[in-house]
Amino acid sequence: MTPSAVRSLLFIVAFLAAMALLPAFIRSEFWLTFLILALYTASLGQAWNVLGGFGGQYSFGHAMFFGVGAYAAAVLQVRFGINPWVTLGAAFVLGGATGAMVGALTFRYGLKGSYFALVTLAFAEVFRVLANTFEFTGAGVGMMIKLAPGAANFQFVAKTGFYFTILSIVAAGLMVAWWLKHSRFGAWLTAVRENEDAARALGVDVFRVKLGAITLSGAMMATGGVFYVQMFQYIDPPLAFGAGISVEALLVAIVGGMGSIFGPLIGAFTLALVNHTTTELIGRAPALSMALYGLLLIVMVTFLPNGLIGGLASLARRLGLRQRSGGDE
Amino acid sequence: MSDAVPPILEVRGLQKSFGGLRAVDDVTLAVPGGSLTALIGPNGAGKTTLFALVSGFITPDAGTVAFAGRQIAGLPAHLVCRAGMTRTFQIVQPFAGQTVLENIAVGAHLHRVRQADAQAHARAVAARVGLADQLDKRADSLPIAGRKRLELARALATDPRLLLLDEVMAGLNPSEIAEIIPIIRSIRDGGVTILLIEHVMQAVVNLAEHVWVLSYGRLIAEGSPAAITTDAQVIEAYLGHGAAARMQAMQVAQ
Repeated sequence: MTPSAVRSLLFIVAFLAAMALLPAFIRSEFWLTFLILALYTASLGQAWNVLGGFGGQYSFGHAMFFGVGAYAAAVLQVRFGINPWVTLGAAFVLGGATGAMVGALTFRYGLKGSYFALVTLAFAEVFRVLANTFEFTGAGVGMMIKLAPGAANFQFVAKTGFYFTILSIVAAGLMVAWWLKHSRFGAWLTAVRENEDAARALGVDVFRVKLGAITLSGAMMATGGVFYVQMFQYIDPPLAFGAGISVEALLVAIVGGMGSIFGPLIGAFTLALVNHTTTELIGRAPALSMALYGLLLIVMVTFLPNGLIGGLASLARRLGLRQRSGGDE
Repeated sequence: MSDAVPPILEVRGLQKSFGGLRAVDDVTLAVPGGSLTALIGPNGAGKTTLFALVSGFITPDAGTVAFAGRQIAGLPAHLVCRAGMTRTFQIVQPFAGQTVLENIAVGAHLHRVRQADAQAHARAVAARVGLADQLDKRADSLPIAGRKRLELARALATDPRLLLLDEVMAGLNPSEIAEIIPIIRSIRDGGVTILLIEHVMQAVVNLAEHVWVLSYGRLIAEGSPAAITTDAQVIEAYLGHGAAARMQAMQVAQ
């Protein structure tokens, strides 16, 4: 490992240790839920970040992987009585398979940029319509998970159970991002993002690298879907495959900083705080949060294209805190 | 040229048309292993297209390309590179948001899985092309001369047996050209065969042992740089019909 890889790994471990200790100091149920939801959104953002941030392939339909995971968990439990922890593995595989399928279809024909975005959006819609149609998936009514409290059933009585589960998922996501920063696959993926022709000239199999990224990204996103189902015990087609999830995933990654290890986490906590503050000030208005998201996205893309992390890094450079570029937190 | 050294690259009857335009028309040439040769010709002669055909970026309509004895026409670019032939781009294509080190490491990763190994190799390559003190800079912050060197370094980091350099000197000032010429020569001396596309005649005359001249997609002449610069067909291709005769008349008059 290079010194920078070791430093980065130590930082991740320290962060996770701090997060693991946090529940001991939080007495309020509200703030624990706040943390759980922020971490959950961060896990979605990290999944999107693998393909969009590191790979530069901007998906607008990541809800399709989320939904595949959510429905895998719901259908396997309700129809087949399979333990939800097992469905987590199944969802991971199915999400990856969905990613591989969509990737094979789109990247084979060289779809890029807005064309890729539109096709992923369309795929998510197809999945929504399918889930809405079949009895198997509960059609338009959706599916309820039977209440069966207990850690063995992935239904925790104490909120801390959900907290540590989502923290583990986030930890896995951080490790994936760290690996992308410090591995050959990651170097190739980033090269593909920056310039496909140049990557090809240097021996990079562009198609396979993109296919690998969307498979990994899909698998990660699907685990977020399982978590959602276990936390809320209900799923229906618009919740699973609607644009809301897709936007949330890409937004936290873009706001935090695409292609960085901690970007999605920073984005998720920022967004959670913004949401919380506006709810306090104006009261509950779901439509307003979407408008606010849109505004935030415009501001970020215009003024901080590298996200909050990019903004902080350049501020630090300007203040002379960091002479060398090479930091990748 | 002499058949003493077996060719590392052998192109036969290569053809490519775009619509009605024959960009590369029945080109046959053989690059001897270990040589430093050049491909010249007026703008639009088809030089870059020939490079793209040979390196797998576009598929030829007809003809064969043999690299180190193996048929590679139609092989995708990344596999051509893995086989040991790497090209650079006339219009530099840096991974703009990445550092110089990261850029070169992408090439180095081709034969090195671990990041530490790839970066170590990238540093060594950077030193060879004079980029050692720019490693932490972003690629898009480099001036044009630096970017040209980066293009060269990245390709070199893939450990090629044959380098196709597409105008690595275009846009450089005379002193920058004087700096890069020995670098290119040292790469060849290190055992890498080099085929250049170049407009800078100072470089061609200085570096190349053998030159092919392409015009309207066809090879019109080949030989040593000295022979080429006095070839009537070559002068006409560059300066227009009748130019050779006028130049000869001027020389006679003097």
